[in-house]
Amino acid sequence: MFLINCPYCGERDQQEFKAGGEAHIERPKQPTELSDDEWAEYLFMRKNIKGVQFERWNHAHGCRKWFNMVRDTSNDEIKAIYKMGEKPPSQ
Amino acid sequence: MKNKYSVFSLIKNAFSYHENWQRAWKDPAPKKEYDAVIVGGGGHGLATAYYLAKKHNMNNIAVVEKGWIGGGNTGRNTTIIRSNYLWDASAGLYDHALKIWEGLSQELNYNVMFSQRGVMNLAHNLQDVRDLKRRTHANRLNGIDAVYLSTEEVKKFCPIINTSPDIRYPVLGGTLQRRAGTARHDAVAWGYARGADAMGVDIIQNCEVKGIKRNGDIVEGIETTKGFIKTKKIGVVAAGHSSVIANMAGLRLPLESKPLQALVSEPVKPIIDTVVMSNAVHAYVSQSDKGELVIGAGTDDYVSYTQKGSHQIVEGTLNAILELYPIFSRMRMLRQWGGIVDICPDASPILSKTSIKGLYFNCGWGTGGFKATPGSGDLFAHTIANDEPHKLNAAFNLNRFVSGDLVDEHGAAAVAH
Repeated sequence: MFLINCPYCGERDQQEFKAGGEAHIERPKQPTELSDDEWAEYLFMRKNIKGVQFERWNHAHGCRKWFNMVRDTSNDEIKAIYKMGEKPPSQ
Repeated sequence: MKNKYSVFSLIKNAFSYHENWQRAWKDPAPKKEYDAVIVGGGGHGLATAYYLAKKHNMNNIAVVEKGWIGGGNTGRNTTIIRSNYLWDASAGLYDHALKIWEGLSQELNYNVMFSQRGVMNLAHNLQDVRDLKRRTHANRLNGIDAVYLSTEEVKKFCPIINTSPDIRYPVLGGTLQRRAGTARHDAVAWGYARGADAMGVDIIQNCEVKGIKRNGDIVEGIETTKGFIKTKKIGVVAAGHSSVIANMAGLRLPLESKPLQALVSEPVKPIIDTVVMSNAVHAYVSQSDKGELVIGAGTDDYVSYTQKGSHQIVEGTLNAILELYPIFSRMRMLRQWGGIVDICPDASPILSKTSIKGLYFNCGWGTGGFKATPGSGDLFAHTIANDEPHKLNAAFNLNRFVSGDLVDEHGAAAVAH
């Protein structure tokens, strides 16, 4: 359990948030032209990194807004939080 | 086997105050080269090595483990064994394992304390009732024992359950698989390790894999903390850390690793002689031979490798346990822990070849891998030895995420994943 600094509401208990998985997975621009391999890559394959990972979170029991987080999955330390559409901080 | 365990060996060693028992497996340094290397010394990895040696005559093999054997999820699960899965592919896979469990102690000459005390799954709403009845029928068509129980029959089978219609999620019925049950998790790892070691398998502990060396699309060996080991076949059975190994080989897997928690109570006298699972309220409980209640909680929804989980997950499970079993209200919990489980999008495992020749993955067991240990090892050994899957694990290939032929046990299995 950890505290998350929602960019809209400030620091709140992690219990209020919902994890939304890996961030910056872009929806294919031409879905009709995608091969099965490319669909599998987009839909299912994940980096699942042990270490610093970029991910999406939703303040489900708060402002209900989505935002991005940089978190070290080996110790749950939050490195950075930034709004949707903002450029990810360089690590 | 050199030192067969029996009542006679027990008596013989009693005369020397149990000071002369031989160690159950050796502690070798890695050789330069093996015919195959298994990465991960948990139950599944050790079982794979055991069956490679036993059924496929591959004796020049090694198991490398970064910690100690059975120290990962093998030693962290709630030891439930059942095979009442909905889909044909899963039923085949898990019942294959259950059949091996039934003779495993004799086969390994090691008491894995397999206890067929039955597993009961509860229904709490109309949809649960329909799902569980459907699953019961599917199980029976696949030759798996299953019966549907009314609320009264549930109460009769496990009298401490609160079947009052007034509770938040009343018990409307349940299913029972009598052949299901529990086993001693550590003994499974130790028994397979001892069996594999006796056939010449090197079990190398404290040996972490740091890299996978490949020449184009063919594996050449592994870099470890104990040096380079040359091999043509690598079977990765690394559970929560499967993606870490896959990343070393430049592969991506459809996995997310999440913390799953469990807890045990202080030991008490026998009170529950079966395993009861509830999907809807997510609580399952059994009692260990020591008398502790063994309680499984759920997974957190975020990726983490910390082997810790959130408090509210445990709280939610205990709320459900207390409503179903008011008699436990004053019990104290003794220990709580987490393990890292690798979950597939369809909540079914992967036992498969990969696009790299000589690299095999056995992963994605998610929250329910322990029950499959012997079957998983047997089928993965077959896959590695023949470079082809067995018909029972053919459906659990990596390519199903490309073809779309998923084995969608999400919610269809007896407990939420």
